[in-house]
Amino acid sequence: MTLELFLQTVANATYAASYMALVAVGLVLIFGVMGVINFAHGELYMAGSYAVVALYAGLGLPFFLAVFIGLIFVGLLGLLMEYGLFRPLRDNPLGGLIASIGFLLILQTIAVLGFGVQMEHVPPSTQDKIVFSDGVVLTYQRLYVIVASVTLLSALWLFLRRSKFGWALRACAQDREAAVLQGISINNTARLAMFIGAALAGVAGALTAPLVAPTPYMGHPVIITAFIIIIVGGIGSLEGAVLAAIIYGFVSTFVTTIYDGTLANIVGLLLMLIVLVVKPTGLFGAKERA
Amino acid sequence: MPERGASSGLSWALGCVLLAVALIVLPHLLSLSQKEILVLLVINVLLVSSYRLLTLTGEWSLAHVVIMGVGAYGSALVAKELGVPVPLAMLVGASIAALVAFLLSFPLFRMKGFYFLIGSFAAGEVIRLIWKWSEVTWLFGGPKGIKLIPPVPDIKLFSLDIDFYDPVNYYYLCLIVVAISLVILYRVERSRIGLTFHAIHWQDKLAESVGVNTFRYRSLAFVVSAFFAGLAGALYAHYIGTVNPNRFGVEEMTYVLIWAIVGGTATFYGPILGVVVLTILNEVVLRALGVDVMRPMFYGALLIVSILFLPDGLESLVPRIRAWLAERKEKRAVADQPAR
Repeated sequence: MTLELFLQTVANATYAASYMALVAVGLVLIFGVMGVINFAHGELYMAGSYAVVALYAGLGLPFFLAVFIGLIFVGLLGLLMEYGLFRPLRDNPLGGLIASIGFLLILQTIAVLGFGVQMEHVPPSTQDKIVFSDGVVLTYQRLYVIVASVTLLSALWLFLRRSKFGWALRACAQDREAAVLQGISINNTARLAMFIGAALAGVAGALTAPLVAPTPYMGHPVIITAFIIIIVGGIGSLEGAVLAAIIYGFVSTFVTTIYDGTLANIVGLLLMLIVLVVKPTGLFGAKERA
Repeated sequence: MPERGASSGLSWALGCVLLAVALIVLPHLLSLSQKEILVLLVINVLLVSSYRLLTLTGEWSLAHVVIMGVGAYGSALVAKELGVPVPLAMLVGASIAALVAFLLSFPLFRMKGFYFLIGSFAAGEVIRLIWKWSEVTWLFGGPKGIKLIPPVPDIKLFSLDIDFYDPVNYYYLCLIVVAISLVILYRVERSRIGLTFHAIHWQDKLAESVGVNTFRYRSLAFVVSAFFAGLAGALYAHYIGTVNPNRFGVEEMTYVLIWAIVGGTATFYGPILGVVVLTILNEVVLRALGVDVMRPMFYGALLIVSILFLPDGLESLVPRIRAWLAERKEKRAVADQPAR
C-alpha cells in the first residue's frame, strides 16, 4: 500500500465514519430515551436521500435547501412514529421494535411507488475538490458530510449538556420513572428525542444522496452498519457510538480498499459478534439495560 | 394439557379425518399457479411452526430464514455435487442446518433478549455474505446462487408413476413430510423438554436454581427448530430448483415474524393460522387488485395494526369465538324452554 493510497483511504474513512456517526447517534438517542430499537432507522436515512432526489435533482431547488427540507421532513416522520407506534407501545419494547419493522416496509413501498426500484442519479452539487497531492483528493461533496457531522454532533453534545431540554433527555435516558417524578414530561422528551434522532438520519441520507445512488432498499446496509456501531460502542452511549463509528469507518474502509467489500461486511459483523460475546455492554456501555 | 372426554375425543378424531380429506381434495379445486402457492404455503407452515419452538424459550431469532437457507444450500449441494439421492440429501441438508445452529448456539446463547435478537441477525448476515463472497463462488455460486438442483425423482410402482414436477404430487409429498414434522414438534412441546422450555421462558433464574441447564435447553430448542427449518429449506430447494442468497434475506425473515406475530405464538396452531390466513389474504386480495408492489406495505400495515390492536394474535380470537358460540347456544336453549 503506497502512501498516497493510504492517505486517500484515510480521507475516505473519515467521510464514512462521519455519516455512520450521524445515523448511529440518532439510533442511540432514540433507544436511550424510549427504550426502543428503531429498525426503520435505515429507511429514515433513505427518506432523507429521496427528499434530495425529489427536491434537488427533480425540482431543481438549491442543494442545501433540499437538505434542510429533508432534515425537517424526516424529523416529522420521526414524530409520526413516536405518536403512532412508540407511544401506544411504551410498555412493550419488543412491540415497538416489531412495529418499526412494519413501518420500514411501508416506507420502502412508498419509495418504490413514488420513484420506482431503479437507482436514482443525483448530480453532484459542486465539482470542487481539495487536492492534497497526486492521488489524494477530497471532494467538497464529501467534505460537506464531514463538516455537517462534526457540527451537528457537537451542537447535540452542547444541547444535551447545557440546555434544560438536554438535561431532561438525559434524565429520561437514565431513569424514566425518576424523571417523571421530577416533573419531566415523558411525551415531550420522547417527541424531542425522536425528532432529533430521525432528523440526524435524514440529514445523513440527504447529504450523501449525490454520492451513493439512492434506491428504496439502501436502508438495509445502513441499519446493519448502525447496529454494528451501537453494539460495539455500547447501546445507549452517545460517546461510544461516535468512537465506534470512527473505528468501524476506518476498519471497513481499509478492508474494502485492500481486499473487497463483502469481506469488509463480514469483518464488521464478526467484530460485533465478538463484542457481544466478550463484552455485551460494548466499549462505553454502563450496566445492562432492558 | 386438558383431559378430553370420550365424546370430545370422537369429535376431535372426526375433525382430523375431515381436515385430512379437505387437504387431499384441496389442490384439485385450484388453478396451476394457486397449486404452486399451496406447495410453498405447506413449506412455510413447517418454517413458522419450527420457529415457534424456538420462541417457546422466549428468544426471538432473526436467523431462522438463513438457517432454512443452510438446509436448502446443503441439500442442493449434497444432491448436485455428491450425487446423493434427493430424499437422503434433504435429511443431510436439515442435519447441516442443525449442526450450524449447534455451533452458533455457543456464541449466541451467551446473550438474551434484545442482544440475542441482534446477535442472531449478525450471525445470519455473516452466513448470507459468505454465500455471496467471491472467494467461494466455486462452491456457493455467489449472488446468483445454485441452479439446476436435481428434483425429487419419480416414483414408479407397478403401473403407478408419480412425477414430482406436478405441483399436486409435490404438494402431497410436502404434506406428508410436514405432517410428520408437526407431530414431532408437537410431541416435543408436550414432553418434559417442552415444559422446561416454558419454564426457561417465564422463570429462567428459578429454572436454573432447581438444576435446569438453561444454556443446554436453549441450544436444544435452537437445534431442533433449525433441523425442521432446514428441512423446509430442502423441500423448497428441490421444488424450485434454484437457491440464491437474496431468497433468504431479511425481507423473508420479516414475513416469518409477521406470520408468527399476527397468528400468535401462545398456541401450537397460532403461527399456522397466521401463515394460512395471511397467504390467503395476500393471494386473494392483492392478486385481485393486481398490486404486487404493495405487498410489503400490506404486510407492514398489518403487522402494525396487529401489534397495536390484537397483541395476542389471531389465535386469541378462537376462544372468544368459541365463548360467543357457547353463549348463543345457551341463550337459544333458554329461549326454547318456555315453549316446551
